[in-house]
This record gives sequence, C-alpha cells and structure tokens, in this order.
Amino acid sequence: MTRHHRRALAWVASALFVAALAFTAAGCGGGGSSESSSSTSKTSNLPTSIGKGEGKLSLIAWEGYTQPDWVKPFEQQTGCKVTAKYAGSSDEMVTLMRQGGGQYDMVSASGDASVRLIRGGDVQPMNPKLIPDFKNFIDALKSPSHNTVDGVHYGISLQWGPNTLLYNTQKVKPTPTSWSTLYDPKYKGQVTIPDNAIQMADAALYLSKSQPDLGITDPYELNQKQFDATVALLKQQRPLLKKRWSLASDEIDLFKNGDASIGASWPYQTNTLQADKVPVKDLIPKEGATGWADTWMLSSKSKHPNCAYLWTKWVSTPKVQAQQAIYFGETPANTKACAVMDKLSPGSCKQYHADAPASYFDSIKFWKTPLADCGNGKNDCIDYNQWQKAWTEITG
Amino acid sequence: MAATTEPAGRPSWAARRRFSTAFWRRPWLKGAALLGLPVGAYLLIYVAALAVLFISAFWALDPLSGKIVHHWGLGNFRTLWHDHTYWRIAGRTIGIAAAVTVTDVILAFPFAYFMARVAPPRLRTVLFVLVLLPLWSSYLARIYAWRLILANDGALNWSLGGLGLPHQHIAYTNWAMWIVFSYIWLPFMILPIYAALERIPDSFIEASRDLGAKNWTTFRRVVLPLALPGVIAGTIFTFSLTLGDYITPILVGNTQFIGNVVYRNVLGLSYDLPFAAAFAIVPLAVMGIYLVLARRAGAFEAL
Repeated sequence: MTRHHRRALAWVASALFVAALAFTAAGCGGGGSSESSSSTSKTSNLPTSIGKGEGKLSLIAWEGYTQPDWVKPFEQQTGCKVTAKYAGSSDEMVTLMRQGGGQYDMVSASGDASVRLIRGGDVQPMNPKLIPDFKNFIDALKSPSHNTVDGVHYGISLQWGPNTLLYNTQKVKPTPTSWSTLYDPKYKGQVTIPDNAIQMADAALYLSKSQPDLGITDPYELNQKQFDATVALLKQQRPLLKKRWSLASDEIDLFKNGDASIGASWPYQTNTLQADKVPVKDLIPKEGATGWADTWMLSSKSKHPNCAYLWTKWVSTPKVQAQQAIYFGETPANTKACAVMDKLSPGSCKQYHADAPASYFDSIKFWKTPLADCGNGKNDCIDYNQWQKAWTEITG
Repeated sequence: MAATTEPAGRPSWAARRRFSTAFWRRPWLKGAALLGLPVGAYLLIYVAALAVLFISAFWALDPLSGKIVHHWGLGNFRTLWHDHTYWRIAGRTIGIAAAVTVTDVILAFPFAYFMARVAPPRLRTVLFVLVLLPLWSSYLARIYAWRLILANDGALNWSLGGLGLPHQHIAYTNWAMWIVFSYIWLPFMILPIYAALERIPDSFIEASRDLGAKNWTTFRRVVLPLALPGVIAGTIFTFSLTLGDYITPILVGNTQFIGNVVYRNVLGLSYDLPFAAAFAIVPLAVMGIYLVLARRAGAFEAL
C-alpha cells in the first residue's frame, strides 16, 4: 500500500467515524426526551383476586432463592415457567430492575434496595390480602418501613437474617467475641469482607460501640464526622485483608483453601463450609450485627402479575419458607414454618432463630438505604451516593 | 426454436456471465461486493459502538432519579482528573499491563527463536501444539486453576513445603495478577514473534556472517530489526488485553483495574454509564498513544 493510498484510507475512516458520531448523537438525543415518569402509587387499582397464570415468571433473586426443590412443584401446579437471574448485590438488583424495562416481574430485594425501588417507581403496590399466609408473618415483617410506605405495601416480606462473623476454629483462638477481630493486625492477611458499599455499616456498627463518643446510633445514618471515622477505620483495615469477596462462593473458596480464617459472612457460607467438613463456626459478636430482610417486589412494568402473585403466595407457605430457610440459613417470615423446619432438619428452627423472640429481630440493624434526610430535620447525613464514592476510594 | 434446444441451466449461466462482465468492466464493484458485508458490520457494530461510548462520556447522571441526562459537559473527566483514586487505579492497570508485556517479551522471544530457527520440523509441530493447547480450554478455567495453585493450601505451597522452603503468600496480590496475566497472554506474544522470525531468509544471516559479523552482531543488526514488527504486534496484544481485563483482578487479585471500575458503574454501584464511558476512554487513549509511538519506532514499516 502506498503512502498516498494510506492517507486516503485514513481520511475515509475518520469521515466514517465522524458520520457515525453525528448519527448516534442525533439518534440518542431524540430518544432521550421521550422518557416519561409515571407514578403508579395508587392503591385503588390493586387486584382483589388472583387470575389465571400467564405461563411465565421472570425473577431477579439472591443465589439460593430459586432452588428446584420449590420451583419445580410451583411450575407444575401453576403452569408458570420460572426463569431466574441471580444478582450479587442490592446495587445490581436495582440496576437490573431499572434497566430491564419490564423484562423482570419480581425481585427479592433487601431493605437497602427496596426503598430505592419504591422511590424510583420501579415497583408497584401489592395486595397482602391475596397472600393467605400473610397473617402468620411475624409482626415486625407485616408492614416494615423498608417495604411499606404510608400503609401501602410494596411487596411481601420473605426471609431475614444476620450478617455473621465467620471464623476458622483451628486458626482463630480464642473464640472471637467482637467485630474488632476483623481490624486486628494479629490476623493480617487472613481477613475477608464483602466487596459491597453497604459493608461500611458493619464498620460503623463496630465504631458505635468501640468509640461511643462518636455518637453513632444508627449505622446507616452517619454525619460527616462519623462517616469519616468509618472510612478511616476501613482504610486502616486494608492491609489486613486477603481479599474482598463479591460472590458467596468466593468466600467459601477462601476458607476452604486456607487463604482466609476470619471474615464477615452470611449463614449460607457457614452451612456450605460445614457440610464440606471445613472447621468453621459463625456467631453474632457482642456489638450486634447488620442483617437483611428481603421482600418479593412486583415490577411496575410486570407482564405476568398473576404468576407473580401465585409465586408470592407459594413462597409464603410454611413448607417453602422452611425449605428456603434451611437451604440458605436464614429466618422465615412465616411463624408456621418453625414446625416444618424441625421436621425437615431437627433443631433447625432454633438454629436459625425461627422461634426467637421479637427482641432478637430488634437487635439486628437491617440493611437500609442511607439517605441525606435521617430524621433530625437537618439533612446532614451522608447519602448512599457518597457511600459508594467512599467505597470506591477504599477499595481502589 | 433456439430456446428449446438450450440446456436447462442456460439462464443461470447467462446471469453469471452478466455478473462477471459487470465485475470486469467496473473493478470497484468487485471491491464493494467483497467488502460490503464486513464494512457494514464494522460500521454498525464497532464504529457506532465506539461513537456512542465517546459521546456518552460527556453526558451525566442525575443523582436523584438515576437517569442519564443528555447535557454536554466535562464533569466526568474532571472527576477522573481530580480524584487521585482513579489515578491510582489507572496507574496500577497500566503498570501491570506494561510489566506483563515486558515479561512476555522476555519469555516469548527465546522460545519463538528456538521454534522458528533451531527446532527440527517435528519438534516445531510439537511446540506449536503446546503453545496453542491452553487456548483450547476456557480462559476462566485457567484462571481458576491458578487460584488453586497459588492458594495458601494450594499446589505451590505444597511443593515448597515438600522441598523444605517457606510458604509464599502471593495469592490475591498484584504479584498473582502479574503471574496469571503473563501466563494467559503468553501465546499471543509467541505467535507473532515466531511468524516474524520464521520469515527471515537464511541467506540474510549467511550474508551477515560472510561480511564478518559475529553471532551477536548478526542478531542485533539483522535478526532483531526484522523481528521487531512481530514483537510490537505481540506487545499490542498483551498490553491491550491486560489493559481491558477485569475478570482476572476479580478472581486472583484484591485490587481494581480500570475495567472493574467500568463494570461497577455499569452493573453494580450506580449505573453511571457516562462515567464508565469516560473512564473507558483512558485505556483507548493509552493504546492510541502506544500505537503512535510504535509507528514512530517503525514497527509498521514491514506491513
């Protein structure tokens, strides 16, 4: 190819690139203005009965929430074919619901995602009267603030549980009692925590007890000074970390291969590791724990609302509640599930606190979205956007 | 009457002939017919996507509604410039990509030289298969294999323990990323260097010796300049592949690459596509600069 040819080709290429730029700019500009914000927060048009299933149901769920054990019988009974996509974090769930454009019917959102979804108009109200087991739910999960706004139910509670301290019983001695072990240089290079901005609440919870003069009362409602102290603690923890895990299976690998011996975890990892004969245990340290309370929420653009109601009804029944609780290692919302749990796996009702008093529920600081308005009328709390930025800074 | 005696295939023959006449009369038509589909796909899939990326980098995300606002501005680039976190991440990405590239050149050159100029044909085939064999297995499977090798109770520590040597702790560090990247991209360095070395005629080397050059001089003044385009081609592969990767850092590292920040912004943290697009332009720009430098160095003269 001669120099002349090459120059001509370069011109053609750049002309094409500019043409494509102009074309896409025009195209995107036109499409952007047509977005409309429709509010669906009307309770008057709630369904009063569940119609015939539409034959399909598309879910976004936490890993382990759509096991064949309870999905298969549901499909057989209702004819609703379930497709599920696992999400690794609340942020991912919100993104998928927002960008899915009605592709997904329901999401098993935790408290830090549910409020965002309600505010964004991504989910619609549901009628708890259509869920027979709703009356058997523990009181705290009938109208919790993370899924009920002004008496309107945006979804039906599912399961809940604490974020635990997981440790290798052979390498971590004496038995830890405090979250301080995660910040202890003694375990340098053996610590693992979730790679998730909401994890900052765990650090704030620890600070609320270890440095009471900071005055932290709620780990999700932090002012600038409390927030800075939390970020500083997490930065100080950085050299101690082996790895931040993003999937539960990552943490399982870390403990199995001896890379980590102490970390922040979910009961699911403990169950899996103990089944594999890895010497681990978990506990809730003396400072208490953060936790999750999940809700099945219905997309405002759902195309299969009947199947969605049928599914919510199904997963609220004592049997499915018990199956899921044991599989994942969490606590069912339905109080009737306790007996079934013990039938499926003796002792599991107590193990997963399905019979615990309300004070146990109250001791857990459930995930919620940090907002600037933290109820003191001053709007001086750090919002989740800042949390995410700080998390990028801590992990970058 | 003539029509009845003609064979059945005649009409298509005529059509074919008409086509070939048209191609012969207008040579550009041939080029258009050959290139139409690939150029169309290139424009639609590649150039248009790049254009969208470039444009959206100047948009912004409305923090309240989480929707993309189509107002032009440099806000994303300002954030990238002023926040030293992103400098650190970009620096780490480029640094490791450069380290991997240098490592792969050092490892690949002697190997490719042996394959191209020393090994007998049969051994050469065997070596070729060995180089290509890892590419038949999934990239993910190979990274997971490295995780098992480097893990605390993994194969490496087990072997070290057997030899009475102290345990290493390179799992989930930048060292682990460097090792794994160097391993997975090595074939992409060996093959272009091999191709370049193999094309050097023996007569050049004989001529160099006839003129009195010693082995080292021949290598330095004849072999190396002729192999340079291959080396540069290989470095473009390894450098750009490392620069754009985000899976290896997730699986074997504990720090972020540019790709991880992009991924988090696309699916995860805040769905801030404009910011992701802005950061994604950084590796593009780095690659652009690298290509210009490579061209200055005369790497593309032999193309």
